[in-house]
Amino acid sequence: MKASFFHFTFSLRLRSSVCLTFIAVTMFARTSALVFSPQCGQVRNMATLKDITIRLKSIKNIQKITKSMKMVAAAKYARAERALKPSRVYGAGALALYEKTDIQVAEEKVNKHLIIGVSSDRGLCGAVHSNVGRAIKSQIALSRPGTEVMVINVGDKLRALLKRTHGKHILLSCKEVGRKPPSFGDASAVATEVLNLGYEYDKASVIFNRFKSVISYKTESKPLFSPETVANAESMSVYDDIDADVLRSYQEFAMVNIIYMAMKESTTAEQSARMTAMDSASKNASEMIDRLTLTFNRTRQAVITKELIEIISGAAALN
Amino acid sequence: MMAARIFRRAIPVVRQARSYADVVSTGPQMSFTFASPTKVFFKEASVKQVDVPTLNGMFGILPAHVPTLQVLRPGVVTIFNDDGSATKYFVSSGSITVNADSSVQLLVEEAATLDDLDIDAAKANLEQAQSEMSGISDEAVRAAAQINLEAHEAIVKALA
Repeated sequence: MKASFFHFTFSLRLRSSVCLTFIAVTMFARTSALVFSPQCGQVRNMATLKDITIRLKSIKNIQKITKSMKMVAAAKYARAERALKPSRVYGAGALALYEKTDIQVAEEKVNKHLIIGVSSDRGLCGAVHSNVGRAIKSQIALSRPGTEVMVINVGDKLRALLKRTHGKHILLSCKEVGRKPPSFGDASAVATEVLNLGYEYDKASVIFNRFKSVISYKTESKPLFSPETVANAESMSVYDDIDADVLRSYQEFAMVNIIYMAMKESTTAEQSARMTAMDSASKNASEMIDRLTLTFNRTRQAVITKELIEIISGAAALN
Repeated sequence: MMAARIFRRAIPVVRQARSYADVVSTGPQMSFTFASPTKVFFKEASVKQVDVPTLNGMFGILPAHVPTLQVLRPGVVTIFNDDGSATKYFVSSGSITVNADSSVQLLVEEAATLDDLDIDAAKANLEQAQSEMSGISDEAVRAAAQINLEAHEAIVKALA
């Protein structure tokens, strides 16, 4: 209060309206800061300039990050799509036998069903993982009661999805999927582990996302058969007598091929989904930035107007 | 005489046209697909014959071959095109499927043309594989080393 008296006398001596305004503004700014502090008891307080600035800065950072993630995903997607073309021919060749002979396993005879779910470890790619997880859950739910269904997860995200509700169905989980483009060696490693487990399945399916276009993919299930099923199938009698050993090797190789195809399709679908997800995230972020900037400017002008009103009313009270 | 000429022209002359015999159709053409995980060599192409090295010996596959499934061993695959030329590839392992509709799927893990292989490096690898074989006792490791050795022997034989 002593300081304010000093300012009053000082301003009267100077008799300059500019000085009066400047000093009065600083004084009243200080008092107005005291009166309109954010901690003061209002329930719905209008956000101060500082809050909005902080928020604006963080959203701008997020937009930069999502934009760069989109670029990275676009580059990885282009590479994955180029590698997908020969893999598709390869996969189609591997599946040709089963399609042409149309081997089926009778539903009644299926006591053990193996599901291999192919996805990846990393998130922020839309509904890719949850689609595969949902397909696995529905296959478990639709299976005949009494059938033992076991799941092999390729990708940590699937394990996280299934662990809580279907934990007892998980047989094996694979990690470190999705960091690098999948190679034949990776598919081979997965198939080797599956075979080493020695799980005698009657029917197996590989569930993965098949890439259709940049904006769409479809969750599909491709069947795998055990050597016994193939040996006993009627349509296979056309084929020249085949040793059991040769058939087993052939089936193992077919399993690797189908897993490889699933992994390739899955990565391409995942990268394209991540690209679209990050693109829409950046768009949302820029919308938020626009709205916040407008709010910021409005708030800034409101603060200035308030201060001016106080000055003028203060000056009017003096006169 | 004029009448005879006109009469001769009026009657359609049935003449035996002499030509070569028609090509005997051998049934459906072979739809040949040859691919590795990273590269496609032939996709549903029409070829005359394919020779493949399998665990049960060398197979020569022609169109309308009896359906069969075979597993490959390291060796040379020879493809005889329709125009008579032959292409050779060295393959590591894989499978071949001949279906009833004469489609053939040859899926291999690794394939290379013989030009891509260096015979000196192959011989050096073969010697190394042979020396490794002698020092192994574990069954599984021995089996893997045996496969390694056979593969190198096949490469050297192919390039000889």
